[in-house]
Amino acid sequence: CGRGSAPRSMPEIRVTPLGAGQDVGRSCILVSIAGKNVMLDCGMHMGFSDDRRFPDFSYITRNGRLTDFLDCVIISHFHLDHCGALPYFSEMVGYDGPIYMTHPTQAICPILLEDYRKIAVDKKGEANFFTSQMIKDCMKKVVAVHLHQTVQVDDELEIKAYYAGHVLGAAMFQIKVGSESVVYTGDYNMTPDRHLGAAWIDKCRPNLLITESTYATTIRDSKRCRERDFLKKVHEAVERGGKVLIPVFALGRAQELCILLETFWERMNLKAPIYFSTGLTEKANHYYKLFITWTNQKIRKTFVQRNMFEFKHIKAFDRAFADNPGPMVVFATPGMLHAGQSLQIFRKWAGNEKNMVIMPGYCVQGTVGHKILSGQRKLEMEGRQVLEVKMQVEYMSFSAHADAKGIMQLVGQAEPESVLLVHGEAKKMEFLKQKIEQEL
Amino acid sequence: MAAHLKKRVYEEFTKVVQQQQEEIATKKLRLTKPSKSAALHIDLCKATSPADALQYLLQFARKPVEAESVEGVVRILLEHYYKENDPSVRLKIASLLGLLSKTAGFSPDCIMDDAINILQNEKSHQVLAQLLDTLLAIGTKLPENQAIQMRLVDVACKHLTDTSHGVRNKCLQLLGNLGSLEKSVTKDGEGLAVRDVQKIIGDYFSDQDPRVRTAAIKAMLQLHERGLKLHQTIYNQACKLLSDDYEQVRSAAVQLIWVVSQLYPESIVPIPSSNEEIRLVDDAFGKICHMVSDGSWVVRVQAAKLLGSMEQVSSHFLEQTLDKKLMSDLRRKRTAHERAKELYSSGEFSSGRKWGDDAPKEEIDTGAVNLIESGACGAFVHGLEDEMYEVRIAAVEALCMLAQSSPSFAEKCLDFLVDMFNDEIEEVRLQSIHTMRKISNNITLREDQLDTVLAVLEDSSRDIREALHELLCCTNVSTKEGIHLALVELLKNLTKYPTDRDSIWKCLKFLGSRHPTLVLPLVPELLSTHPFFDTAEPDMDDPAYIAVLVLIFNAAKTCPTMPALFSDHTFRHYAYLRDSLSHLVPALRLPGRKLVSSAVSPSIMPHEDPSHQFLQQSLERVYSLQHLDPQGTQELLELTIRDLQRLGELQSELAGVADFSATYLRCQLLLIKALQEKLWNVAAPLYLKQSDLASAAAKQIMEETYKMEFMYSGVENKQVVIIHHMRLQAKALQLIVTARTTRGVDPLFGMCEKFLQEVDFFQRCFIADLPHLQDSFVDKLLDLMPRLMTSKPVEVVKILQTMLRQSTFLHLPLPEQIHKASATIIEPAGESDNPLRFTSGLVVALDVDATLEHVQDPQNTVKVQVLYPDGQAQMIHPKPADFRNPGPGRHRLITQVYLSHTAWTEPCQVEVRLLLAYNSSSRIPKSPWIEGGEVSPQVETSIEGTIPFSKSVKVYIMPKPARR
Repeated sequence: CGRGSAPRSMPEIRVTPLGAGQDVGRSCILVSIAGKNVMLDCGMHMGFSDDRRFPDFSYITRNGRLTDFLDCVIISHFHLDHCGALPYFSEMVGYDGPIYMTHPTQAICPILLEDYRKIAVDKKGEANFFTSQMIKDCMKKVVAVHLHQTVQVDDELEIKAYYAGHVLGAAMFQIKVGSESVVYTGDYNMTPDRHLGAAWIDKCRPNLLITESTYATTIRDSKRCRERDFLKKVHEAVERGGKVLIPVFALGRAQELCILLETFWERMNLKAPIYFSTGLTEKANHYYKLFITWTNQKIRKTFVQRNMFEFKHIKAFDRAFADNPGPMVVFATPGMLHAGQSLQIFRKWAGNEKNMVIMPGYCVQGTVGHKILSGQRKLEMEGRQVLEVKMQVEYMSFSAHADAKGIMQLVGQAEPESVLLVHGEAKKMEFLKQKIEQEL
Repeated sequence: MAAHLKKRVYEEFTKVVQQQQEEIATKKLRLTKPSKSAALHIDLCKATSPADALQYLLQFARKPVEAESVEGVVRILLEHYYKENDPSVRLKIASLLGLLSKTAGFSPDCIMDDAINILQNEKSHQVLAQLLDTLLAIGTKLPENQAIQMRLVDVACKHLTDTSHGVRNKCLQLLGNLGSLEKSVTKDGEGLAVRDVQKIIGDYFSDQDPRVRTAAIKAMLQLHERGLKLHQTIYNQACKLLSDDYEQVRSAAVQLIWVVSQLYPESIVPIPSSNEEIRLVDDAFGKICHMVSDGSWVVRVQAAKLLGSMEQVSSHFLEQTLDKKLMSDLRRKRTAHERAKELYSSGEFSSGRKWGDDAPKEEIDTGAVNLIESGACGAFVHGLEDEMYEVRIAAVEALCMLAQSSPSFAEKCLDFLVDMFNDEIEEVRLQSIHTMRKISNNITLREDQLDTVLAVLEDSSRDIREALHELLCCTNVSTKEGIHLALVELLKNLTKYPTDRDSIWKCLKFLGSRHPTLVLPLVPELLSTHPFFDTAEPDMDDPAYIAVLVLIFNAAKTCPTMPALFSDHTFRHYAYLRDSLSHLVPALRLPGRKLVSSAVSPSIMPHEDPSHQFLQQSLERVYSLQHLDPQGTQELLELTIRDLQRLGELQSELAGVADFSATYLRCQLLLIKALQEKLWNVAAPLYLKQSDLASAAAKQIMEETYKMEFMYSGVENKQVVIIHHMRLQAKALQLIVTARTTRGVDPLFGMCEKFLQEVDFFQRCFIADLPHLQDSFVDKLLDLMPRLMTSKPVEVVKILQTMLRQSTFLHLPLPEQIHKASATIIEPAGESDNPLRFTSGLVVALDVDATLEHVQDPQNTVKVQVLYPDGQAQMIHPKPADFRNPGPGRHRLITQVYLSHTAWTEPCQVEVRLLLAYNSSSRIPKSPWIEGGEVSPQVETSIEGTIPFSKSVKVYIMPKPARR
């Protein structure tokens, strides 16, 4: 269903999006290039819990087995909307070919898949879902690649990974057969943040560039203002003795904010404790410590003295700490305050006007997060309880996707013959399409 | 203006030239000593294989060749070149030829023909390239010879079509260094067609090899550097190169574009795909801005740096660099900066951000949005957000330079600079604070901006905090709330980091004196006075209270109504502070306050003139002392020295002068005392004791003169003369004393000789100043010089003795600005009772943190001394990187000193202090014979002596015996 902005259609390259053509979620794109078939990403959709959550592989399977049809599968990064369907695809539908991803993705991906499985099976009680064993078996088919390493999939097909920013281990992939090549960006970020660098690609002049376009119609403000605001808010709250709750999802932004607060604490010599709710995160932090080469200049250069992810001020959270007197900052999952630890803490702290909650990302309608952000001060909780929210509510958007300017910059860097926009809204793509045609 | 800019254009590239010169210099050194050229010939004939020959040549290259024998060696080399079949040997010979032709005193035009000749028959590309390099060396050695230059250019042009990139590179280099653009030289061209070098080089902008393209651009830059005016036509060519695949090409192209934009700023160029035209400098600015988001960080740094020097760019383009034209879902959005400004102007300061606060406003016409070719748009926004801190620093620097030349831009870039205060790299933060200080004349901080700036005061890095204090010293604040905010934050800073005390007081001093009217309404609150009730008197020793008072008193200086708001104890405190912290508290006119005026009458007089007058008077009084009897002279000197010292303590701005003069007078006093000793007429047995005194005096005078010469900044040549003169007198005194106490003539001979040498040296160094030294010791001495040279030591001593006693006291002219170098060790504080324990034989690192004031060239002069209890003294040379320069005349030393010793039975204290190393030969103006002679670099840096210039700090250490 995807319609890109390719001004000239390339007969030898055929692109079929199985998901995330003109929307966000379950990214899965099939590329046929000079007789080779490559599947780019294999994600799930957060919004559905029926068959629609996974890409429709029957498009391939009605003509034969996946393994026969596909030459390889490439996963760009560990977000579930890019890798969530992988065990289903390889173990349940059946695929035995190679799956390529970067080392950090290979390390972190199974943790997230396992977590996803637990929620789906153990909490929601779904049947006919992939099992832990399937995740393990699936990961056995993974071939890890390094940045800028040219991997020969077979005699003709070669792939190469480029740094993409976005999250730890995110990569853009160049797929090349003979003289024809396609670049798939996955999700990427052109502005560096506190823990990752900016995406970079050389002037590889591919025939086709498949790029995400989440922020096709947005040009973003400098990140520094946001960071400064965030730090100032937290600092002020802590100084007046308040407690700060920051609901986050375990991976990605959480680490950026941790680094931000950690360095700020260090710089300003602050003493108030910072806690991070345990579980998933500890394992993930471990990988952040390991994959130092994938982080930004500052962290790479200073890790010899001290690994920035060896947090000095950030400690593991225990449920009992929430009642401790005095100021503190707590990172808790999940990010939209809809359940779990973050909601528990929120209920404890909501009544005190000295306290503050900072929402670092978007909240889906219906969640507590969305309610308080839209200004609701009285919340109905289960059991007819009414919770009065006296604490300060703040919103900060920390997003790691390239904006319109960033996308144009990448297109300019790679100098492709044609561009295909995916992973975004159709209306917005139309605008960017015009711009690309006009300016390049 | 244009000339100034042009100068800048050249400055940019002079570095390259210097490097080349250095290279030549090192090679020259190798070649200046003699060697046997005949031996080379024999060696080369002996060589059986190319490898052997190569070995011989390599050995030969290690030994230097003197200028006279170069020609012979060159002939031998050429002879072998013709015979040689192996390209590697020919390559080496070619490179040797190049080296040799650089020899000073050798004119290489004789080998040029041969070189060109062999070039024509050469097949190997590598050798060809090397030969061209040799020709380049020859050509640069003969810059005046037009014919040779033309010929070389011709040769280069012929080989430009070579298939090897190395050869083409060298040809282009040759063209860049030797080619000319003017057609006028045709007449002496001797049949060779004059070529338009620029066009030839320009053709290679589209070479297939990126290295050649780079070389072509560099050659073009080289032409420019040599002062040839490039044609505007290359601008378009250069613009095309901006999208080259290779970063070194792009980087060089950015430079070229910048050069052209400086040469033809006002030319008009068309905008492609439209009918409009813009100034070339604006167009170039847009293009370089675009390169700030290049893929390669090397290019980004280059581009960001060059932006700073494009001052001619139109303001409307300039301001675009800070505007990214935000939008969200195709609707125009305001930046956080704009919102902050609006919030501020609507009076609603510091409201919390709400969901949807940044909701986008009006719709944008999709056609009008330009995403990539928007030229300058947001270049700095990108540069300041770059991943590499090198780019960010370059961007901050460029911002600084542009803001200094454009006040309106300064105002606009403020928000961005303030944001940089939160950068993750300290260097960047520091740089942006410094930048802000430099442009602070052009700006006034809004309250919300001030708030962000002040938040950085809690930074744990002392450098940052001090830079910020420095910034606040020269900031303009717009409201009284702003002042209040600044004071509150500074006081918070003071409680958190008490060591910042002095810096904060100084900061408040300037803050007060700059904003008297804003401080006025705050006074009652700050002093917590009440209209009806007396409030408790604050503690006078509280640093925070002193800080408040410093602010108020400095504001009161220009605000006569303020003292009316003071309560009684404030006046008392004023009197106390005026006396104890006179550098922070100005003199105030306080009418009708008996209490105050009686207590501090001398210093309350308007302005600092009286104290200066006092200084002058006391010095003049001293200079008339010849007319007094010896006793009176001594008393007067002692009195004056005491006065001066006290004055220095009271008036910090005069401290340098006062100390300087006092030291000089002390020298004179010592000299007089020593000469007055009855030593000169007593019987021999009593000599010994007396002469001890005299020689001690001589020694002390020497020390003091060294201090005068090296510890004060701003000492001019006329003072140096007087100082040296005083030292000469001390040396004479020393000679006399030793002459009287030693028996035997032999050692005396040597000493006399040495002294006369010193006199000679003095004469040579200060020949120009001698007329000012009439009637002085040295004046008389020089009169008698011929006689002294021939007389016996005993006579010399006698003459000196009488002359010393007769010589007049020289008037020391006071320099304009003079400051005494001083140092304070902040860390270690020397208060710890816990010894630093370490295993003997190993080292322990001691952090040393000190502030240095008025030290010139601290990297070379400041040393750390460690004195161990066993009398052992170690001098440690801190690394140049350990010195920071937080402000003019101030330096900060943060270093680590390694201590080690054998095992002790119990802890003991070591002393740490700072020394100022000096070397008198470096100070003296170079006379021809010093310059001509071979001064080895070691002499320049060697240390003649040291002066301790900080209090020593005791550190408790305990080396434990190693455990078995």
